[in-house]
Amino acid sequence: MKTLNYPFKREEILELKVGDMVLITGKLFTGRDAVHHRIHKGTKPPVNLENQIIYHCGPVVLENKDGSYKVTAAGPTTSIREEPYEWEVMRDYKILGVIGKGGMGPKTLQGCKDYGCVYMHAIGGAAQVLAEKITSVENVYWRDLGSPEAIWELNVVEFPVVITMDAHGNSLHKDIEDSSAIKLKEIL
Amino acid sequence: MATKKLAAKLSPDKNLENSIIELLRVTSTVIPDDIQNVIMKALKREEKKTSAEYAMNIIKANIKLAKTKSQPLCQDTGTIVIKVYHPPGFHQTQFRKICEKAVVKATKLGYLRQNSVDSLTGENKTMNIGPGHPQLHFIEHKAKSIHLKCMLKGGGCENVGAQYAMPYTPLEAGRDLAGVRKVILDAIQKAQGKGCGPGTLGICIGGDRGAGYQHAKEQLFRKMDDINPNKELAKLEKEIVETANKLGIGPMGFGGKTTLLGCKIGVLNRLPASYFVSISYMCWAFRRQGVTLKTDQTISKWLY
Repeated sequence: MKTLNYPFKREEILELKVGDMVLITGKLFTGRDAVHHRIHKGTKPPVNLENQIIYHCGPVVLENKDGSYKVTAAGPTTSIREEPYEWEVMRDYKILGVIGKGGMGPKTLQGCKDYGCVYMHAIGGAAQVLAEKITSVENVYWRDLGSPEAIWELNVVEFPVVITMDAHGNSLHKDIEDSSAIKLKEIL
Repeated sequence: MATKKLAAKLSPDKNLENSIIELLRVTSTVIPDDIQNVIMKALKREEKKTSAEYAMNIIKANIKLAKTKSQPLCQDTGTIVIKVYHPPGFHQTQFRKICEKAVVKATKLGYLRQNSVDSLTGENKTMNIGPGHPQLHFIEHKAKSIHLKCMLKGGGCENVGAQYAMPYTPLEAGRDLAGVRKVILDAIQKAQGKGCGPGTLGICIGGDRGAGYQHAKEQLFRKMDDINPNKELAKLEKEIVETANKLGIGPMGFGGKTTLLGCKIGVLNRLPASYFVSISYMCWAFRRQGVTLKTDQTISKWLY
């Protein structure tokens, strides 16, 4: 088991390889469909994303009486919908990587290689285990997009992920897709 | 006369509202035993210290935590599907009103996420109420009490569902069970881990495009350990699971031994010109529950 601790460093990201299980402690920014769409259309993100990690997640967030927030469910959402945009975010805003589920395609894999990023797979549907790792909500941006689509700045401790696309052109998703296609062909 | 009698039956509206909230809470936070059993078996099958086993262990921990904390298993609390089995002369409009109230409360209590998006404006401002939400199906039955079945089906797994018009030339899949088998396995391979596998398939052979998907989802209300009364289909269901698990896709698509937990196949008649195979994929976080209600609309029995 490897660890990534805040502030995250590019060198550490470059060392990660497909199959590594990693526990992340520090900060994550949620960002999913509407955030990527808005950035793609030319709006600058409301926070500096350099050396940060974007989490494809639309959490269930309850507002406490004192105005603070509590995340009650926070698993990953399907990442492939951001395939047209993610490489641009990597290029323009110097993120270190993204967390999501289901993997991403060739554009993102190329982006990971060109800009030194990784794709980290969280366990889909594990909203409670993952919400437990979120210790507090630091801030929220672009609330106008609706709660699941807003950018939530989350503090996390030992958030578990598996590296499925690394900065060296490897993708577990591509490998499994290819090998299962061959097996299917044999079966049929 | 009949209306009066029914009005009296629905008079404990508050009970009904509370029963629906409780049904939504349990559906969203507790995995039914029949599904948990197959998940635990899948965990044991995976090789130690692999990312597949790691994923299954997190899934196991998540099931326990959601139940203990009474919080959603998955943040995508899905399309709310409620099947309402009711006696003749039942007041559907009144039920819908009460049901909507219950859905709003369940959302405020955090059992459901705000999950209903206006498809044109992109706005997500209501408490899961809007055109098509919640999705209610009314079925008349002979019993005097109301039975409710609920399913919460998330978007990730819904997105990997598929419908094939047979014959399906790319696979040389014809209009017979051999062809049906081919397209089902193809859909599983295409889904990879994107539908939060290991998943369960609900399948319909026949029907039109609409009824096909509807009936495919209906299969997901069957218990995991039930056996299809049609022997050929029972055999196919079993074989699909065994074969899918040889594809090596594994939990979350990480590679591994369990790609599929179950497969349930139903049949509808078709037109001579059409032959659809509709496949609905359900994620591991298989959320379905049901209750029978007493005459005062409190819960008498859980169905799963």
